[in-house]
Amino acid sequence: MTAVPLPGPQEVAEALRHVGYLPDARIAQVVFLAERLDKPVLVEGPAGVGKTELAKALATVHGRRLVRLQCYEGLDEAKALYEWNYRRQLLRLQADQGKEWSELEHDIFTEDFLLARPLLEAIRSPEPVVLLVDEVDRVEVETEALLLEVLADFQVTIPELGTITATTRPLVVLTSNNTRELSEALKRRCLFLHIGYPDVAREREILLTRVPDLPEVLADQAARLVRSIRSLPLRKPPSVSESIDWARTLLALGIGDVDESVAVDTLHVLLKYQADIEQVAKELETTGAPG
Amino acid sequence: MLAVLTGFIDELRQAGIPVSMVEALDAAAALRHVDLADREALRAALGATLVKNVRHFAAFEVAFEVYFGLRPRTADDPEAAARAAAADSALVGVAAAGGGAGGEFDDDVLSAALYRALRDQDDALLQAVVRRAVEQLAGMEPGRPVGGTYYLYRVLRRLDAEAMAARLLAETEAERELGRLERRLLREEIELRIERFREALRTEIRRRLVADRGPEAVARTLRRPLIEDADLVHATRAELAEIEQVLHPLARKLGTRVAQRRRHGRAGRLDVRRTIRRSLSSGGVPVDPQFRKPRPSKPELFVLADVSGSVATFARFTMQLVYAISHQFSRVRSFAFIDAIDEVTGYFGPGVDFTSALDRIGSEAAVVWLDGHSDYGNAFGQFAERYLPDVSPRSTVIVTGDARSNYHDPNRGAFAEIATAARTVFWLNPEASRYWDTGDSVMGSYAPLCDGVHEVRNLRQLAAFVEQAALPTHRAMRRPA
Repeated sequence: MTAVPLPGPQEVAEALRHVGYLPDARIAQVVFLAERLDKPVLVEGPAGVGKTELAKALATVHGRRLVRLQCYEGLDEAKALYEWNYRRQLLRLQADQGKEWSELEHDIFTEDFLLARPLLEAIRSPEPVVLLVDEVDRVEVETEALLLEVLADFQVTIPELGTITATTRPLVVLTSNNTRELSEALKRRCLFLHIGYPDVAREREILLTRVPDLPEVLADQAARLVRSIRSLPLRKPPSVSESIDWARTLLALGIGDVDESVAVDTLHVLLKYQADIEQVAKELETTGAPG
Repeated sequence: MLAVLTGFIDELRQAGIPVSMVEALDAAAALRHVDLADREALRAALGATLVKNVRHFAAFEVAFEVYFGLRPRTADDPEAAARAAAADSALVGVAAAGGGAGGEFDDDVLSAALYRALRDQDDALLQAVVRRAVEQLAGMEPGRPVGGTYYLYRVLRRLDAEAMAARLLAETEAERELGRLERRLLREEIELRIERFREALRTEIRRRLVADRGPEAVARTLRRPLIEDADLVHATRAELAEIEQVLHPLARKLGTRVAQRRRHGRAGRLDVRRTIRRSLSSGGVPVDPQFRKPRPSKPELFVLADVSGSVATFARFTMQLVYAISHQFSRVRSFAFIDAIDEVTGYFGPGVDFTSALDRIGSEAAVVWLDGHSDYGNAFGQFAERYLPDVSPRSTVIVTGDARSNYHDPNRGAFAEIATAARTVFWLNPEASRYWDTGDSVMGSYAPLCDGVHEVRNLRQLAAFVEQAALPTHRAMRRPA
């Protein structure tokens, strides 16, 4: 729980581990660099591998507030950056009837009448924050441009007010599911971190951390089976969060040993498409026969 | 270090990865915070700053191995040196158990050591075996101009890894009872371990090649085309899987871009009624002319795909991409042919698996008439006969195929009829243009009738074409002659 930058990637990994996020060496290294270079991190990877979790864990590690901008199609300036508080401005004008316009104009375009949206909020915050721009691939290409000024210079330009520069550098994490390609301009300003599915050892560790009472044998079996299922060509391979759900299911059902019939019966927890479930069930039933 | 870094960045650019100046500066800045002796840290730092696309990581890894990974690291790292020594002594231990002497090991000793390394997942021992195996079995000679694959093959021929996998599985089975699931998992895991052994061999061979020839030369021979540039027809299975992954985001990007360009395309006609109404507020002077919203024509699309063996994968990617942006067309109809043609429109659509759709074409659609060899003439003839009335001056026809008609009559007349009825006809040929009109290719006889014949051999070209075809055209409709 420190505000000072951590001295090295090992310490970053240790701190993240301490708050329940198990990073691999690469994640720790990139996060460490991002802090050192004051650069945003663009985290890309399939759904449910812990991209958003990483930002949350970072906020906890540093004891910072998490400011989150959830992206969606149609997100605009007023929702992402700032908006003028029209009602308050109007009230102010009515209250000040009789004054000269030149005086009024200065009055109503001040920070008092500004509604800070996540990006501005992160920049104006007196204590440093963690800014999470979630699922940035959902906004249109044009809207991405809104982010550029914030990401490169940590500043926001408001025509009526001037440029607001960050007093403290926020730690910025952007996540993307790669449903479309992001613009070069955005990528250039970020460090790039691809989080894929974890290997068996790390997944087992994650399962043991996230599902406290899980026996090690079961965690091991679950992690190995999930790896095997992911190697099949599926529409939606099981994510880490789904394998955690599955381990919970096994635990709740009181299963001590996973064999193929248990696996087939509980597949619907791991897989969300009927076609996938059928394919995996078929695979598990036909292969693995002696010889 | 700076010289190495610039050389490395140069290599990335040569391999087709776009690295901007800013990114190069970032990489240099990142290096100041990284322990340069720590290879993984270096890899993470350079990867995060220089490569911004998952697809480019494979190329990055290869270049990284050549430039950084392969520099001898035991020299300045006592810990690694100690580990290597320990592993070597383990190897000597295996050799002693097998009755061999130190120094030279024969194949049996290496096999035994490899087996133990695979069984116990002992990475240090595996590395030691790999070092020895390459040293003794690859027979590498300095300055000999052969690629790494040749040496890899020589080593693998002597150490039969496949047989070892079978033995490993059998032995585990003898120790304890295995369920079916357990056996399956174990088999896959052993395969993975063997794959890791092969990878280690490859790395070791590369390391020696670099020591012999220098990083620039080795990197040049290892350069593979990026997946956007991979040949669609001759892609390996791994490449196909990769293309598959790339296709979806690419299609979405294309979709947004096309929609955007359409919106900004042109202003509509003057709207007289609204302009007059507006002018009332300015005393009847039309200061603010109003325009109609442009309504770009949405072409109707006919895709005629040759689905015979040689070009089937290509047809599939074309269809996939076309369907991904099908909202830009008023209607998309697809037809498949080999030597007969049949409509397969209903087979594709949102949420349909393309592989199974292609299987359905094979089993349900009547695409084979005589012998199952492409016959473009007959296919066009049937199309003209059955579907010509549907082809209107609003239609764009796209034909995909290599125009290799197996010496059948090209039936130019039928194709001319189709071309006259449609607004535009495009032909996508997955063959390099220098092979057109050689052998049984009849590209030349159809080409004059098309509005465009494109060589489309990789995803990049395919995306460029689809974008162009989806845009509204300004040319006048063609009138039937």
